[in-house]
Amino acid sequence: MKGTYILAIESSCDETAAAVVKNGREVLSNVISSQIALHTLYGGVVPEIASRKHIEKINPVITEALAKAKMSLSEMDAIAVTYGPGLVGSLLVGVAEAKAIAYAAHKPLIGVHHIEGHVSANYISHPNLEPPFLCLVVSGGHTHIVMVEDYGTYRIIGRTHDDAAGEAYDKIARAIGLGYPGGPKVDALAKQGDPNAIAFPRAHIEDAPYDFSFSGLKSAVLNYLNIEKMKSRDAAALTRHGVPTGGDAEGTEACPDTFSDGLTKADLAASFQEAVVDVLVTRTIAAAKAQGVSTVAIAGGVASNSALRSRMLEVGEANGMRVVYPEPILCTDNAAMIGSAAYYEFLRSNVADLTLNAVPGLKLGER
Amino acid sequence: MKLLAIDSSAQVASVAILTEDAVLAEYSVDYKKTHSQTLLPMIDEVMRMTETDPSEIGAIAVAAGPGSFTGLRIGAATVKGLAMVWNVPVVPVSTVAALAANVAGTDAVVCPLMDARRQQVYTGLYGFNGTTIVEYKPDECAEIASVIASVNEFGRPAVILGDAAGIYAERLAKELTVPFTIAPPHLVKQRASSVGWLAFTLLAEGKTVSAEEFVPTYLRISQAEREREERLER
Repeated sequence: MKGTYILAIESSCDETAAAVVKNGREVLSNVISSQIALHTLYGGVVPEIASRKHIEKINPVITEALAKAKMSLSEMDAIAVTYGPGLVGSLLVGVAEAKAIAYAAHKPLIGVHHIEGHVSANYISHPNLEPPFLCLVVSGGHTHIVMVEDYGTYRIIGRTHDDAAGEAYDKIARAIGLGYPGGPKVDALAKQGDPNAIAFPRAHIEDAPYDFSFSGLKSAVLNYLNIEKMKSRDAAALTRHGVPTGGDAEGTEACPDTFSDGLTKADLAASFQEAVVDVLVTRTIAAAKAQGVSTVAIAGGVASNSALRSRMLEVGEANGMRVVYPEPILCTDNAAMIGSAAYYEFLRSNVADLTLNAVPGLKLGER
Repeated sequence: MKLLAIDSSAQVASVAILTEDAVLAEYSVDYKKTHSQTLLPMIDEVMRMTETDPSEIGAIAVAAGPGSFTGLRIGAATVKGLAMVWNVPVVPVSTVAALAANVAGTDAVVCPLMDARRQQVYTGLYGFNGTTIVEYKPDECAEIASVIASVNEFGRPAVILGDAAGIYAERLAKELTVPFTIAPPHLVKQRASSVGWLAFTLLAEGKTVSAEEFVPTYLRISQAEREREERLER
């Protein structure tokens, strides 16, 4: 039986990516050109620099994706592209390129929601996964609990009221001298620390049991650091507590490895991570129970966080639920997940026309 | 051989199909709608109207910059996609030179002014030897005062065009010491036919790049890079 082959393109933030995906589940190629090293210099993604890089990389990345899949453009059944949410300048490169390719090659064009892509990464890693299931979507820009009722049908159960979880990670990483990207760096450091060293607050939002807020947590961590800074200044304690590390990249603070109360930077990272993971897992599992689903998925950049994965697995299984998450390479921004989501749009004939535009603030479930 | 020409460097979106001696179709829109939505449907329209099969397109000419960063990239990504699939070369054309080409044949000095914000313009100085374009001063991002000084230095009548001509009309009238005219509305802004016309010469000279190689000419680094450089200098 001939399969359905989709060439997918993703350029919503700082990764230029293209992939060839068969039947929404089988990845024939998954090429990602990352700009992380470039943006590390600035302590975060610089939109104009990201857009310029996308223009340089997009054709080579697409060519490589087709070559690795050992397929030609003419063998593709459709061209898919992320059209939102994301950085508008970045999105526009992928959208304009995909439209031109679809037009010139006479292929249907499919616009894909970036977050639906992240959710769909689970279809690739777990070939037997089918809706309905509940998905926690966590990344630098998103923190959502989403009910996946069917392919392409999403209902938001919970959301953050301020920072996204990944954003909180980035800010804390900067404050303790780890730099960008914060998630993997805090995760690695936290492994050496005591997660119960400091009791950071968990925000509860009235009448919204599945919503999140990370600004209070972020302030609590920054407060702790400020108090430490004052103490160390008073006691000229920098020498006693070790030389501050970090502070090379823009916006990254110098931070001592040990604090006046004897705790370490690793303890702080572990305690912060514990507070984040605790609320993410507790609320996701509670929402799954309330929705009556037995499968819980994680998606998005933060889904590769080791503490989040193991805790969700532990608590989920204790509650008799199946817990799934994509392999790390599919958690990061990639085009294979876009190809997967696009396949189910393709089956429902959700085809875009040549006026498809980038929608930086695209809402989940919107078309 | 036909040539597809595209200019999305500023508010005007313009596409054209040309042969060496004719503009078969030109479609320009100077209206507040995003290039991202209009450009490809406009290309489709001129292709249809001229019954052009993609196999007839020998090259794609594009206004490569300077200009609006986003506008340039929408044009660039569109061209890179089309040229990759059609397997044709890309002819990058200076946006400023293409504006000057709107008034090809004049014996005045031609000074296109494109608004670059921050009190600056993208500009250059051009002239014509018959209808052959001659570059007097390379494209740059400059303060309006220095542009006015350069035009005055030439001491010859000048034609001013581009979207910043209107913005700086008062200063031009006050500070230019040479006779000058601002091009009329049908010539004052970007036209893909001018891009295409210049591209035929460049094509003959072999000045093409592949779809993969083509990147816009910004003539200005990003704000983040500029601020970082300023910080490092201090």
